[in-house]
Amino acid sequence: MASLELSIDGDVAVSPITRASRLGALFWGAIAWMIFVFVAAAFANLLPFSPTDMDMLERRAPASALHWLGTDGLGRDELARLIHGARISLTVGLCAPIIGITIGGALGMLAGYFRGRFESLVVGSMDVLLAFPPLILALAVTAYLGQSILNLTCILGVLGIPAFMRVARAATLTLARREFVIAAQALGATHARILLRELLPNVFLPLFAFFLLGVAVTIVVEGALSFLGLGVPPPVSSWGSMIGEARESLEMAPRLAFIPAITMFLTVLSFNLVGDTLRAFTDPRQGAL
Amino acid sequence: MTEPALLSVEDVSVDLPTPRGNLRAVDRVDLTIGAGRTLGIVGESGCGKTMLSRAILQLLPKKARLSGRVMFDGQDLVRLAPERLRRLRGRSLAVVFQDPMTSLNPVLTIGTQLIETLQEHLELDGNSAKRRSAELLAAVGIPAPEQRLLQYPHQLSGGMRQRVAIAIALSCEPKLLIADEPTTALDVTIQAQILDLLAREQRRRHMAMILITHDLGVVAGRTDEVAVMYAGRVVERAPTPALFKKMRMPYTEALLAAIPKIDAAPHTPLPAISGRPPDPTRPIQGCSFSPRCRYAAGPCYREKPLLAAAESPDHQYACFHPIKAPAGVCA
Repeated sequence: MASLELSIDGDVAVSPITRASRLGALFWGAIAWMIFVFVAAAFANLLPFSPTDMDMLERRAPASALHWLGTDGLGRDELARLIHGARISLTVGLCAPIIGITIGGALGMLAGYFRGRFESLVVGSMDVLLAFPPLILALAVTAYLGQSILNLTCILGVLGIPAFMRVARAATLTLARREFVIAAQALGATHARILLRELLPNVFLPLFAFFLLGVAVTIVVEGALSFLGLGVPPPVSSWGSMIGEARESLEMAPRLAFIPAITMFLTVLSFNLVGDTLRAFTDPRQGAL
Repeated sequence: MTEPALLSVEDVSVDLPTPRGNLRAVDRVDLTIGAGRTLGIVGESGCGKTMLSRAILQLLPKKARLSGRVMFDGQDLVRLAPERLRRLRGRSLAVVFQDPMTSLNPVLTIGTQLIETLQEHLELDGNSAKRRSAELLAAVGIPAPEQRLLQYPHQLSGGMRQRVAIAIALSCEPKLLIADEPTTALDVTIQAQILDLLAREQRRRHMAMILITHDLGVVAGRTDEVAVMYAGRVVERAPTPALFKKMRMPYTEALLAAIPKIDAAPHTPLPAISGRPPDPTRPIQGCSFSPRCRYAAGPCYREKPLLAAAESPDHQYACFHPIKAPAGVCA
């Protein structure tokens, strides 16, 4: 009777590997670069050079066997500063969006699911936060609470909440009207269960893709703040502060600005590429169902 | 009906506020269904079939207003505390939706969806829930159930998905299953299989079923009783054989005439019901079907006919000019 459907078709065994091969070399290059940066940052302490030891006789020295990327304006090893800077940039770049995705995602899902007055309140307050100039807020908070990595992360995290809220709410709004949510209600599921088991797995895909883009943006913003002297306090290095410090010796040794700039560029590009690929990868499946 | 009713819908109305005014989706409907029986609800799109099913399940949109009583197993669902209602759903009341594309969660494997439902309601541990899920899938005619448990809905065909949706609905042995156009989104060849499956499982589990459809052909062989709905009201209600033997309401006749006949000569025009269903935001004075009815005259345009029994208590209809002769399908 059901012979049309009886055979188990080949796609039963479609493994992630065959799908992954469609992702392309660019994607894998981006992944490789991200791993490279993460590993370098994780093992920064094993480096033979300190990022803060100054050698006044070797200021702005070109690349040599001793200093692979040369030294900066105060005679500090450029490579060591770059790698230690990766730590700061990645810590801030990852932790701030994590704050955003957690709080913003939760608020957005609750707003999109329960609607009503709670939604108006959340959307309204997020609009206020969005309307506030982010750089001014960052300036005000660092001026008031002082410069530290923690403060910087918190500011950038809070600034990211509205965007994550909007993505989560938009996804939840369309999903909450789908029949599988009504079907879950008809099966006696609680609100918590519907939110966590039915909606969260669906909302998470677009939210995670947005998270990767958020990492890229945060790294750039952290660089901009550090460049303005509002990021991490010296002598700690971050990519942004390295570019900022190299401004004074731009004519004598432009590489001091270019090396961290290129590193940041490649890292941000990698996050964007991976985020975009994941988004494109998850979109058709969402659309097909 | 001798046995006490499992579900009785008493004077239920559903009003939906819309920007264009109040929309009465369901208008004072009375229905009963006994344990193990099948009730077909037939009507064209927008006549309130789905809203009625949602009203029974208490799953109406937030803005909708419901009046009347829905008695299920001696409890009034309308006034039941949300927590008790939640426990009742799934365990005693289950539903199969029209479109299996959207009624399954796209990012969870069907195993997860089945197993979690079982764990939630029957408090089974992981292994026995898994075993029971495989049994359920096998019962609804899915081959190689163990492998299928690991698949996502998009890896299954439409008919397969509807089978999974039925398996989930049946998982907790409900007393009443509401099948809301279960075959509309499916291929014609699969439709009969799904309907046969529903009928078989219903008999086996002695469960009551409400089969909602716009296709009289679907209810003909598979229901004990049929209620025909038009513009939110039940316009004719009868045991299935009686309805098809001598229908009284002109709308029922017109619906039956609109079924394509396989033995009709090629290029025979299909008799359609002229006009459109009335705008539910603007109630019509008189019978709602009168603008489209070929028998309408006199009182039809002035007052609403009430649903009443005539010659036999089972056969009720709301019409001033019922069809006298045994309805031929010659219209």
